[in-house]
Amino acid sequence: MPERRPTRSLPGALRSLRTPADPGFWRSPVRGARFTAVLGIVLLAGLTLLFVTGLLSYAAYNPDLNPVNDKTPGKGLLGFYLFSWPTGPHWLYRLTQGLHVTIGIVLVPVLLAKLWSVIPRLFALPPARSVGHALERLSLLLLIGGALFQFITGLLNIQLDYLFPGSFYTLHFYGAWVFLAGFVTHTVLKAPQAVRVLRNGIPRGEPDTLAAPDPLPATLSRRGALAMVGAGSLLLLITSAGRSFDGPLRRIALLTPRGGTDPGPGPNAFQVNKTAAAVRITPADTGERWRLTVRGPAGEFRFSRAELLAMEQHSAALPIACVEGWSTSDQQWRGVRLSDLAALAGFPDRPPGVFVESLQRGGSFRKTALRDNQVRDGRSLLALEVNGAPLSPDHGYPARIIVPAAPGVLNTKWVETLTFGEL
Amino acid sequence: MSTRAVPPGSATSRRPRFSPRRLYGEGPFHLILLAASFCLAGYAGVRLLDGDTVGVLLWFAGAAVLHDLVLLPVYAGADRALRAALGPRTALVNFVRVPAFLSGLLLLIWFPLIARRTERRYEAAAGTTPGVYFGNWLLITGVLFALSALWLLARALRSRTGRRRDTNVRPSAPH
Repeated sequence: MPERRPTRSLPGALRSLRTPADPGFWRSPVRGARFTAVLGIVLLAGLTLLFVTGLLSYAAYNPDLNPVNDKTPGKGLLGFYLFSWPTGPHWLYRLTQGLHVTIGIVLVPVLLAKLWSVIPRLFALPPARSVGHALERLSLLLLIGGALFQFITGLLNIQLDYLFPGSFYTLHFYGAWVFLAGFVTHTVLKAPQAVRVLRNGIPRGEPDTLAAPDPLPATLSRRGALAMVGAGSLLLLITSAGRSFDGPLRRIALLTPRGGTDPGPGPNAFQVNKTAAAVRITPADTGERWRLTVRGPAGEFRFSRAELLAMEQHSAALPIACVEGWSTSDQQWRGVRLSDLAALAGFPDRPPGVFVESLQRGGSFRKTALRDNQVRDGRSLLALEVNGAPLSPDHGYPARIIVPAAPGVLNTKWVETLTFGEL
Repeated sequence: MSTRAVPPGSATSRRPRFSPRRLYGEGPFHLILLAASFCLAGYAGVRLLDGDTVGVLLWFAGAAVLHDLVLLPVYAGADRALRAALGPRTALVNFVRVPAFLSGLLLLIWFPLIARRTERRYEAAAGTTPGVYFGNWLLITGVLFALSALWLLARALRSRTGRRRDTNVRPSAPH
């Protein structure tokens, strides 16, 4: 039996015996119902925005148009909401996907603070008071596991660190729906409490069950802790948001993929996704021997770049907007209208969609499908020039697709074949 | 969620009587909501798990476990170590805590970029190098600590001049 210690040190000894299941173990004076409620309401708004913009991004690919556009063909009822993605406003995808990724980044400190504020609940005993409580805790695994899964896969994907076990599209799409199941449940059960606490405070006589029963002296007020979380979000916003613009704003984005610099000088010095070298496009592929094949009911036609340049040229000011959340400002594209090529192929009016094939050797979306509304838009071009200069190899020389409001990956580069007709 | 207390099922003094309501412990709306939620999670979940089932399960549950049992204790421990290191000078805590939190947050989120884990893939995709991000992170961290130091200095100067004017006025509490 150990020697008895002087009674003076007994409280200290007892304290050191506390386990996380003991409410007295958690001593931060910052935890409390109001603190959690503020973070919860911010997340309610923010995560709802992430979910909706995420669904929009899936719709923007027109996945139900053709299997080549769909990375989650087994979606079943989860694709219930799909619609024809519009071509206007031309910055639509740039906005929705920029919000999706940038707000996702900015919400990280809020999510971490929210989880920190309720961590004592994880260890509370008994683990479940009833069957209902046990089920509710299981749904919290969907919520917290789902939220972390979505944030981690998203953040890794935009940094091109494909550690996750499978295709990003599949994991992030179905992961979002699993998360939603937990999110809706938690919102229905808890949002009324959060609103009540923020409106009226905690009713007199009721304990603040999220506050430490035995808090340490404060080194930071609750307001100060919220300000610290807000400062984290603000810092992330400042160092990230510029990735959706060219020039000075991008240079402010010091710590984010595609932040800081634009690639090189000149008219083609705007952000690239997949360099020519990355998809093994050689000068021989795109030189004098290159021909564009256009197919349709009128037959199959082959055009050299010079022949395409001799056709009626049109201009369009359109951005490149990537699923990874970065985008460029509007670039001045010039080339042949897709609707004019459709007319050559045998659709003089009301052209249908088009199946586009690229020269590129690898990479998903080597083949893509565009819907009729995209072909019919006068700003949809087979671009040959950008900002007054021929396309650079990295931007798709000799010819690329550019469509207003479409995800970057549907703006196929190094185009080889266009097949107009039913898809 | 109902706050109703549920008596423990092991109570021996009570007559054994089956009561689904008591066993469930919440109202019927709660049950319907959770049933709907699990149906949706199941419908999406079988699609999520179709492929590397074990890998996805590990990632899903592992993310929560790593956060709750590793990340959170690590940063809470770092905060405790900071407070212990500063001892009675508690007014200084936030001048280290806030810049360290902000810098750590950037490192946590952008670790693959900062550590150049995907340098070749990034260069192949973007045509630019991610080699600048480690330096940028150090720069931002340096600026954050410098701002914090300046703030501390300004506060010290202000409180000294304030004390000179009125010796009874105590320096304002730190935030």
